[in-house]
Parts: sequence; C-alpha cells; structure tokens
Amino acid sequence: MARVVVDVMLKSEILDPQGKAVHGALGRLGFEGVASVRQGKRFEIDLAGEATPEAVAEIERAAGTLLSNPVIEDFTIHVEGTS
Amino acid sequence: MRIGVVTFPGSLDDRDAARALRHAGGEPVPLWHGDADLRQVDAVVLPGGFSYGDYLRCGAIARFAPVMGPLIEAARGGLPVLGICNGFQILCESHLLPGALIRNDHRKFVCRDQRLRVENTNTVWTSEYQAGQEIVVPVKNGEGGYVADERTLDELEGEGRVVFRYLEDNPNGSYRDIAGITNARGNVVGLMPHPEHAIDTLTGPTTDGLAMFRSCLALIMGDSWSTAARNHESPVINAEGEGVRA
Repeated sequence: MARVVVDVMLKSEILDPQGKAVHGALGRLGFEGVASVRQGKRFEIDLAGEATPEAVAEIERAAGTLLSNPVIEDFTIHVEGTS
Repeated sequence: MRIGVVTFPGSLDDRDAARALRHAGGEPVPLWHGDADLRQVDAVVLPGGFSYGDYLRCGAIARFAPVMGPLIEAARGGLPVLGICNGFQILCESHLLPGALIRNDHRKFVCRDQRLRVENTNTVWTSEYQAGQEIVVPVKNGEGGYVADERTLDELEGEGRVVFRYLEDNPNGSYRDIAGITNARGNVVGLMPHPEHAIDTLTGPTTDGLAMFRSCLALIMGDSWSTAARNHESPVINAEGEGVRA
C-alpha cells in the first residue's frame, strides 16, 4: 500500500488570518525571530494499491477538484518515501 | 411562482428564505441536497448557515451535493440563482461566481446590521432597487472575506458586476469592500449579508431585503406584477399568497 501526500497552501496574494493569529501567539510566547506564518493543509491519502502513474494522476485530479480551490490555493503532491 | 430553497445538512436560514419568498408573493419549494432534482422550479435560493460541517473549505463539499449537478447546469443556462452567505460560498466553490470567501481578517464572527450600497440593478435579483440605493440588512459570518486576484477584481469592477458594496465599516476584510457579485449574465447573484432577515420590521432591522425576492418574482412574472408590487396592490396574488401569471 502506498501513501500519497497532498500539501495545500493559500496563494501568496491571499490574506491568511489563521497564519497571522499563529504568528501573534508565537510572539506572545516569546518565540523570537519569526517574520511571518502561513498555515496550510496536509492530506495523507493511502492508496488501495500501488502508486502507479495512473493512480497518482487520479489523486492529482482530486487535489485540483476537491482538496484545493485553485482560485485561492496551490497544491503540491508527492508519493511518501520517494521524495 | 415556484422558487426552490435548498436544504443542506447544516443550513440555518432555509426557513427564513422560504418565509421571505412567501412575503414577496412567491411559492417556496423545498429542495433537498441529496436529490438531483430541481422539481421544475423557476428559480433557486441557496440559503445561509453551514453545509457538511464546512469541512475543507466553506461550501467545498456542498458544491458536489447531488442537487448541485442539475443546479449548476441550469444556472449556466440562465436559471435565476441567489446564494446568501453559505450559499454565496457554495456558488464560488462551484465556479458559477469568481473568487472565494475566506476567514474574516479580524478572525472573529461578526453579527450586526450592515449598511450596503446597491451598485448594479440590472441583475435578476436587484431590478427592484434604485441604482446607488443604500440599504441596511443583517450580516453574520465568520468566513465572509471576499477575495480574488487583482485581474478578477478589475474585471468585476469594469463589467459592473459588483452588486453590493459594504458602506461605513467593512465587516470582514472583503477586498474592495465587496459584499455581493453577479455572473456576466446577471442571473446568478451571491452576497454575504442576509436580505431574508430584513423583510419585516418585527423580525428585521428594515424591510430592505424584500426587494431582492420581489425582483426575481417580477422578472419571472412580467411587468404587471412589478407595477402592482411597487404600488402595494395585490391583484396578482391569489388567496394562498401564490403568484398568478398575469
């Protein structure tokens, strides 16, 4: 069984209020030297079979359809253990 | 005039939307998220609240509900569709409207009466307003910040597709104070504020929201309805409050 990982991040021009809240909290806790924080999402998808090019392409399609909204987000995809 | 109101798991304002439609002289028809059937309605309202827990992104899972298949196709064909709050989020996720709604910039839920300017009265849902009219309706959201890239924003402005703009205080960090937009054809409108909560003075701050529903009914029924509604006559409403085609 193979695992495909999809990481989703807001595009740089889109405001990230959650990242800003985390940044503020880090400062209050005394973590120094943080210039900014952007928060994203990580999906770990276990395939029923092997990570064939077809299977990965299917997950890529799912990532662009449901897991991310291409209007505001970008995603990257990799098969775990191979990157 | 039969106007569908879709109930998703988590919808809160479907009953208020139905009530608003009834007040405006229409016949609300309940539609179910799990049925790929629009029941031959003349228009559809996607109400506010939540849907499918709004997991992933607001409206992201609702956009793939069975009812959305025929709805998206019909909307592309000209069916009048109004999305309020979560309904607006679903329309953006469906790509029937450009852009997206994200968490409020101040990260708090906002609930208050909000002043808006009606900037486009050529849509199916705003023809009963005056251009530039200022209205007050409730706004209540946690993820109501309208965002899009600069090119899309310029395009919306250039084509007059910003329908409502926040006045005085932007409640959620929406780019360019955008509260509501339309598609190019003017049949699909989405907005974060809640016109269905401003249809009588008993339950709302104003009756400013009623004109949205009257606009759609007027278009469907033709000019005689529109004139009668404006004059507060009711010759085209039968005893059940149901519109009769003039």
